[in-house]
Amino acid sequence: MYTQDPIFWRAGAIAASAFMCVVLAALTIDTLQQITPGGAHVPPYDVINRSIGYQYDSARGEYVPKIGGEELIFGHRYTAAEASDLIARGKLVIQSRACIDCHTFFGNGAYYAPDLTRAWMDPFWARYDGPKRADRLTKFLMHPIRLGARPMPDLHIQRDEAEATVAYLKWISGVDANGFPDRFGAPAPAAGGK
Amino acid sequence: MYRSQRLGLKYLVASTAMFGAMIVFGLLSSFYYVHPTLLLNVFNFNSAKIVHIDGLVIWLLMGFIGSIYWFLPQELEREVEGIGLAELLFWVFCAAVAVVVLVFIFVQYGSANERSMWLINQGRKYVEAPRWAAVGITAVAVVFAYNVIATTLKGRKPTGIVIVLIADLVPLVVLYLDAFPEMANMSQDLFWWWWLVHLWVEATWEVLIGCIMAWTLMHLVDASRRVVESWLYVEVALVLGTGILGLGHHYFWIGTPRYWLAIGGFFSALEPLPLLGMVVHAVYDAGERRLRAANRPAFYWAMAEAFGNFLGAGVWGFMMTLPQVNLYAHGTQWTASHGHFAFWGAYGCGLISVLYLVLAKTRGCEDLDGSTWKWSFALLNAGMLGMAGALLVAGIDQAFFERAIGGSTWDAFLAMQGRPWFREGMWARVAFGLLFACGYVVLVYDLAAISKTREPRVERATAAAGS
Repeated sequence: MYTQDPIFWRAGAIAASAFMCVVLAALTIDTLQQITPGGAHVPPYDVINRSIGYQYDSARGEYVPKIGGEELIFGHRYTAAEASDLIARGKLVIQSRACIDCHTFFGNGAYYAPDLTRAWMDPFWARYDGPKRADRLTKFLMHPIRLGARPMPDLHIQRDEAEATVAYLKWISGVDANGFPDRFGAPAPAAGGK
Repeated sequence: MYRSQRLGLKYLVASTAMFGAMIVFGLLSSFYYVHPTLLLNVFNFNSAKIVHIDGLVIWLLMGFIGSIYWFLPQELEREVEGIGLAELLFWVFCAAVAVVVLVFIFVQYGSANERSMWLINQGRKYVEAPRWAAVGITAVAVVFAYNVIATTLKGRKPTGIVIVLIADLVPLVVLYLDAFPEMANMSQDLFWWWWLVHLWVEATWEVLIGCIMAWTLMHLVDASRRVVESWLYVEVALVLGTGILGLGHHYFWIGTPRYWLAIGGFFSALEPLPLLGMVVHAVYDAGERRLRAANRPAFYWAMAEAFGNFLGAGVWGFMMTLPQVNLYAHGTQWTASHGHFAFWGAYGCGLISVLYLVLAKTRGCEDLDGSTWKWSFALLNAGMLGMAGALLVAGIDQAFFERAIGGSTWDAFLAMQGRPWFREGMWARVAFGLLFACGYVVLVYDLAAISKTREPRVERATAAAGS
């Protein structure tokens, strides 16, 4: 019987793998266009000059970032090129300090510390000391304090590094991640917890 | 014994040592969860975790490479081409791993500049190794692929297993090149990063361990080559047929288009199929042999591989893979539960089976048995099941209360750390981790005892020929 011949199954293995590779290649081309800064899902880097919120979209049935009017950080209006350089530097800070080995971005990383996808708009900053949100985040990164069960270590982050990281966190909070995380910042239902 | 097999043994010894290092740093990482100020600003959690997860990758890679260097010359009935270069690179590989571990422990991190990326830490999960080390790993992988391909070309007609192996090694090496780039855009960075992590772990590594287990079963229970090769092709068709687009379950929430929710959900729901096939076949084989084999530890670990892979990768993965569940489960201890169980079932158990098989063949004692291996088998598997269970309890608690109800803020995360189910889960993980570590100690003791008490087959044969 032909099914007892390994050659039959080899043909199946080659066909299945080749077909899926072609489909993946086509989807990759489309996806890369949509996740380029300024694409359908990822905001341009100079979005750091504008306000970013997170609201429920009833048409889509999920939470999505809402880009608003001008809201500068560090009192500076960044050009597209300046914003791009600042974001690249912020990413380098994140990699050099291995942030993703304690935290997560879009839920990817380590689960020891909070997710940073929407850290820019976390309600926590309203209680933190400092003139504006960007200044509060900068101060925290340079001189971290203990937050409940999680002490953030002092990673010797310099001011320019901290500001670039804050810009990065603001930019990434504007990425449309298909509703992740759900209900971020929404008030908890009354009967929560054990 | 071929020189390649001697090299294979060295790799397997180094791999077992890395397994131990991975456990030590895994235990240390688990202690931070129950004592968060542990070594704060001296040796932070992320440094311990990096050595733990990178140790896992190196343990498994060295194990795969060692197994293949051991099986390949027997399969092709000739010495491996370029074996001198391969032997040299083994020492380069070991030295590089040692230096990188020392840098991770004593330097830890640098400033935001290219020098840090090249010399200290690239800060991308699983591929934190600085670029100079990534260049070294690429060189080892290229030489390894050359060894396999050149030996096959010079040998007699290639077997089906070797053809699958070669077809798998090419993407394996090419995908690793993704360990180098540094992209500002996190969505793009993670998009390509998952090509490396998913297409290694859930595609090319699965095929690699499939080849290794095919050889193992042929040596262990005299399985027919025709049947083994047919199954290997079926496995490749199912693993790559579902796993390539199963990549989509990592593209739900990284800023990628919505169609990935449907594609990733559908194909990753099918991913357990090849693993179920392995369990069906394992049950059939075990029943036919009434659980008897000359080399009992290797046989039991091969069975554990089939069941562990199905449960850890298949069932645990399916549990959290549909986007409606994943929206809340993703990035919690639930993911960690799946990760621990899947790596153990899919790869760890298989490599331990190879260790016992290779040891028996090398020492000329086909009828391996005793009571020590049973202790390590029980302790390691009970330890892993306990860790996976503990992390699952903590992770489900997190998914419901921190994510679905709490709304995923920092306050919700911090409140979660104090919840009883979460804290109990973390303590239980430490306890079962210690049990797992005991199992490792017994395993190493057993392997060392077998090595010492039995004469190597080659030396015995040489002595007989000389007398």
